[in-house]
Amino acid sequence: MSARVRVLAFVAVVVVLVAAAGVYVLREGREVRAQRAAEPEASEAPVTEVADGPRIVFRHTGIDREYGTVAIVPVDDPGGARAFTGVACDRVAARAEGASCLVTDQGVVTSYAVRELDPDWQEVATVDLPGIPSRTRLSPDGSLVATTVFVTGHSYMSTGFSTATEVHAFGGGTRWGNLEKFQLVLDGRRVDPLDRNIWGVTFVDDRTFYATVGTGGRTWLVEGDLVERTLTSVSPDAECPSLSPDGSRVAFKVDVDPGSRTVWQVAVQDLATGERILLENGPRGLDDQVEWLDDDTLLYGLTRADEPGVTDVWSVDASADAEPELLIEQAWSPTVVRQ
Amino acid sequence: MYISVRDRPTSDTRGAGSGSAARPPVGRVVIILGVVSLLTDVSSESVSAILPLYLTAVVGLSPVAYGLIDGLYQGVSALVRLGGGWLADATDRPKWVAFLGYGLSAVARVFLLFASGAAGIAAVVTADRIGKGIRTAPRDAMISTSTPSEHLGRAFGVHRMLDTIGAALGPLIAFGLLALVPGGYSVVLVVSLAFALAGVALLGLLGPDVRSRSREAAGASRPSAPPFRWRDLADRRLRPLLVVAGTLGLLTVGDGFIYLALLDHGGLNVTWFPLFYVGTNVAYLLLAVPVGRLADRIGRARTLVVGHLALVGAYLCSVLPSSTAVATVGTLLLLGTFYAATDGVIAAIAGRLVPVQARTSGIAAAQTVVAVARMLASAGFGLLWWLLGPAVAMAAVAAVLAVAVLVAATRVRSLDVAELTP
Repeated sequence: MSARVRVLAFVAVVVVLVAAAGVYVLREGREVRAQRAAEPEASEAPVTEVADGPRIVFRHTGIDREYGTVAIVPVDDPGGARAFTGVACDRVAARAEGASCLVTDQGVVTSYAVRELDPDWQEVATVDLPGIPSRTRLSPDGSLVATTVFVTGHSYMSTGFSTATEVHAFGGGTRWGNLEKFQLVLDGRRVDPLDRNIWGVTFVDDRTFYATVGTGGRTWLVEGDLVERTLTSVSPDAECPSLSPDGSRVAFKVDVDPGSRTVWQVAVQDLATGERILLENGPRGLDDQVEWLDDDTLLYGLTRADEPGVTDVWSVDASADAEPELLIEQAWSPTVVRQ
Repeated sequence: MYISVRDRPTSDTRGAGSGSAARPPVGRVVIILGVVSLLTDVSSESVSAILPLYLTAVVGLSPVAYGLIDGLYQGVSALVRLGGGWLADATDRPKWVAFLGYGLSAVARVFLLFASGAAGIAAVVTADRIGKGIRTAPRDAMISTSTPSEHLGRAFGVHRMLDTIGAALGPLIAFGLLALVPGGYSVVLVVSLAFALAGVALLGLLGPDVRSRSREAAGASRPSAPPFRWRDLADRRLRPLLVVAGTLGLLTVGDGFIYLALLDHGGLNVTWFPLFYVGTNVAYLLLAVPVGRLADRIGRARTLVVGHLALVGAYLCSVLPSSTAVATVGTLLLLGTFYAATDGVIAAIAGRLVPVQARTSGIAAAQTVVAVARMLASAGFGLLWWLLGPAVAMAAVAAVLAVAVLVAATRVRSLDVAELTP
């Protein structure tokens, strides 16, 4: 090929690439707008119909005009009509008294916040968050909010990751700050490592909670005390705990393939006896903080392998040989409101 | 066998030679390779800007899974770099080895469109980093071979400036597209793929087929240089460079720590964290050419070593009590200066300290030594940070590094006056 031919060939390649990418951007833009205008697959119900009974609140992930908004279904008819609240969240946790909603505002400097909503889904407070939304939970009476985000430089040059987990009073008031500042007690010894990460809070009451501490390449289930500002280890190898409604058991993720890979599975531990059972048939590779539907059943979100962005909520009995079942299609971040 | 050229031009060099202007234009090879890097960096940085959001918000991965994937970015490329260098030297086809590397990264982008779940994305990210590892040393060898020795620093400066412009444009393009198509992560991935393919096409079609050995054969009217041998890397001229660069690398902690120390300074919201990278990049791209030219004048090895004093400054600036604005601007500026004085400069030095048939491997060896030393440094510094806290740890490393720079400065004169390959 002569130099002239090569230049012409390169120009042709660039023209083709620009045209192809341009067409794709325009078509995808139109398609996204069309999808975002589409009716949800699930039938709709007015919010008032489900607002009082026991209900499951979740993020709707159908690719339609309600994508990302919080929806509600009754506990006794999870596959039925869903009520849309009109509020969009990446992660949501709800109690009868209100809801915590983590949101991302994209841009060159992307910002993140937790929006606190009253029972009518009206905003009562907003607090800026220092990173990408990961977990949120409310205390049983709805008076405390816990948030976990992860902080990272958005670049090839970044090194690893770091979480930031904070607890504050719902609607403003006391802020306990980053739980990394709490005194850490592992295996009965006070330790002060700087490479610590804390994530996945689940409240017992307005003083006590469980969470995960990661340090030195290991994870621990810890019990936290907001008054003493301490985190005390309960047992090793547990992530993202979730306390059962009766307070007797915690469900969490464990890495069943230690080493370079991470393969999570769900385990349930009796807090009184320390006895731990692994859900053998449960979701391998689950990456979510599980939620208790009742004292015997767990809920969790799972991504669809073939559809990025679409997720489903599954349920599984908290027993060793239980088989998971699909509970709510196109749903994520489930949270159960019992009254 | 080697043409004995002093790396530091004497005072009459400016007027000597071909009699052309004191500053000849930068070669076409450098510009084309620079634009190839620019296009590729737009591609990779637009993806990495949205990857954390995409993985967590859309794919639904947790911090830990994301952290594992992010970690892959760091280590993989250093390991394959030597392999890419060896392949380029063994075949004497640096252009096509570089092409292979750029191509592999472009192909990885195609699969990223379809990958969901941690394992698939980890595989794609790994392929992308392997591509980067393969292409870097052959590309730098081409720049080295096609540039007269006395202008190497400037040539690498121009290349790194174009490269960094691409890195700065990538995130802007990504978030521009997301503003245009809400939630359109696939749009960003497709546009990123188009940029990557344009870079590959530019290299393949218009990138000159620069060969180190053929050039020497023509110049020396010998049939051809001997084939590449691993022991060329043990060249006694290269060894001091590897020792000096490796030792200084052991005292170079990751940028992430410096940025965390800045945050620890107080008064800064964590949401500014991504902008630290942008600030460092801007300082780097503005300084790459002037510092490269300075290196050509005062000696490249000297610039490399003394440039580490900018890093000492960045360490101190990030922890010394001062106003937050001063600390931030000063740290990022000094960090950009450090990169300008080291990143391209080390390739410029290494390429000429080994026989031509080992040029790519020589560059790869120097870059690998630095990368591995810096990984060790970050791991070790994590421990130091844990034991002493950010301020004391930073100050301690700054002090040791300052001493190391002084000691290394006595070793580099031999590097700057070493017999160089053409």
